[in-house]
Amino acid sequence: MATTTAEGAAGWLDRSHTIAEPGFSRWMVPPAALCIHLCIGQAYAFSVFNLPMSKLIGITDSAPDDWKLTGLGWIFSIAILFLGIAAAFGGGWLDRVGPRKAMVAAACCFGGGFIVSALGVYLHQLWIIYLGYGVLGGIGLGLGYISPVKTLITWFPDRPGMATGMAIMGFGGGAFIASPLSVYLMKLFSTPEHIGVAETFVVLGVVYFIFMLIGAVIVRVPPEGWRPAGWVPPATQNSMVTSANVHLDDALKTPQFWLLWGVLCLNVTAGIGVLGQASAMSQEMFPGRISAAAAAGFVGLLSIFNMLGRFFWATTSDYIGRKMTYAVFFALGVVLYAAVPWTGQSGSVFLFVLFYGVILSMYGGGFAAIPAYLRDVFGVRYVGAIHGRLLTAWSVAGVLGPVLVNYIRQYQIDSGVAKADAYTVTMYIMAGLLVVGFLLNLMMRPVNQRFHMKAERAAA
Amino acid sequence: MHSIKLTLAWLLVGIPLVWGFWMTLMSAAALFQ
Repeated sequence: MATTTAEGAAGWLDRSHTIAEPGFSRWMVPPAALCIHLCIGQAYAFSVFNLPMSKLIGITDSAPDDWKLTGLGWIFSIAILFLGIAAAFGGGWLDRVGPRKAMVAAACCFGGGFIVSALGVYLHQLWIIYLGYGVLGGIGLGLGYISPVKTLITWFPDRPGMATGMAIMGFGGGAFIASPLSVYLMKLFSTPEHIGVAETFVVLGVVYFIFMLIGAVIVRVPPEGWRPAGWVPPATQNSMVTSANVHLDDALKTPQFWLLWGVLCLNVTAGIGVLGQASAMSQEMFPGRISAAAAAGFVGLLSIFNMLGRFFWATTSDYIGRKMTYAVFFALGVVLYAAVPWTGQSGSVFLFVLFYGVILSMYGGGFAAIPAYLRDVFGVRYVGAIHGRLLTAWSVAGVLGPVLVNYIRQYQIDSGVAKADAYTVTMYIMAGLLVVGFLLNLMMRPVNQRFHMKAERAAA
Repeated sequence: MHSIKLTLAWLLVGIPLVWGFWMTLMSAAALFQ
């Protein structure tokens, strides 16, 4: 009996059980994807736990045995590292087993990561949190991030950018929900003698697990050969959009994969570098005019631009093409990054916020439009797995961006440059990175036909 | 039935997203005060 139940559950997870029944609306799939991405987007808000976790013993102030912020900062870094690893190595598996099993695995890892971390807080063992949120949660992040991508592209061949943009917008939006929710829960569970981080982790773990499981229940893949009613593939194909497929193993042998890897890495390096410094930069460039509270509001505003940019730019890419969209990111980015120091010198807070907002919208847009770019170049068959491999660029950029910004700023200050001007060189270097990105994108050409899968291999 | 499911699915993700968006917008208002 137990075996039958287990087999039934295993069968329910199979790709064959997720094939859509007649009458199923493809518009059910974006909410399914959002159920996943709204949860894993919590990662962007993990820093709300850093300060409370640095006072678990001292409560009001850090005690000598309390964890240091430097050690706590590693939790997020480990999670992003494992996001990249899981996305890179889990993509092939996801292609075989389908989205539901991958979503359930992501839910177990991400929700489980919180539960293990709660134990780490309870026992005051930081390594357990590294293992919980960092390793287990990071794997959940990676699997969750890529799990709905191919499904969305298959359901929306007419608007792949918009479809994946919607899901990846959820990743940006997840922080909006997680940040106030986490603060509320910690307040609820805290007493004068205790900070309620462990209880908050347990609640978040359970809530995220259930929410992600709902996404897994809703998700469906289209039957073989399905097309939207009335839609026919354009007869005169854009030369940058292929109808062929490139195998995952072959994709890595093409220059196009590495060009796009560089494109994503440079776009993210520039964006993530300034995002991490946004609060300090705004206060130091406008001393006395932007307070700490206003700077926190500024960071919130940037996250709105980051989220909306994901949907806006990915949707725009369906109309102007992916190569042109990235050309706009890099060309406009160069101008805006180079102009940010000028906004400080001219004293215009409005222009500073506006320029920064557009930069962050393009940072988010770079993430959201890349799956559709990969679909255009390598075909739909292995797009999920290829996207997973490409996300290693994010892990590299996650280290490179903050390191570049922090070290250049410190070097400037140590050299006697005023704090208000310390970001000038940084912004020019970021603009230089974008010039390289522009050139890499310019070099993009269709994949050589020798890499295209033969019909019988593609059908297998 | 399909349209009810569709509405419920979008409400499920839309309500928390709009709530979070609103909360963030309120905190961002501090920039302009």
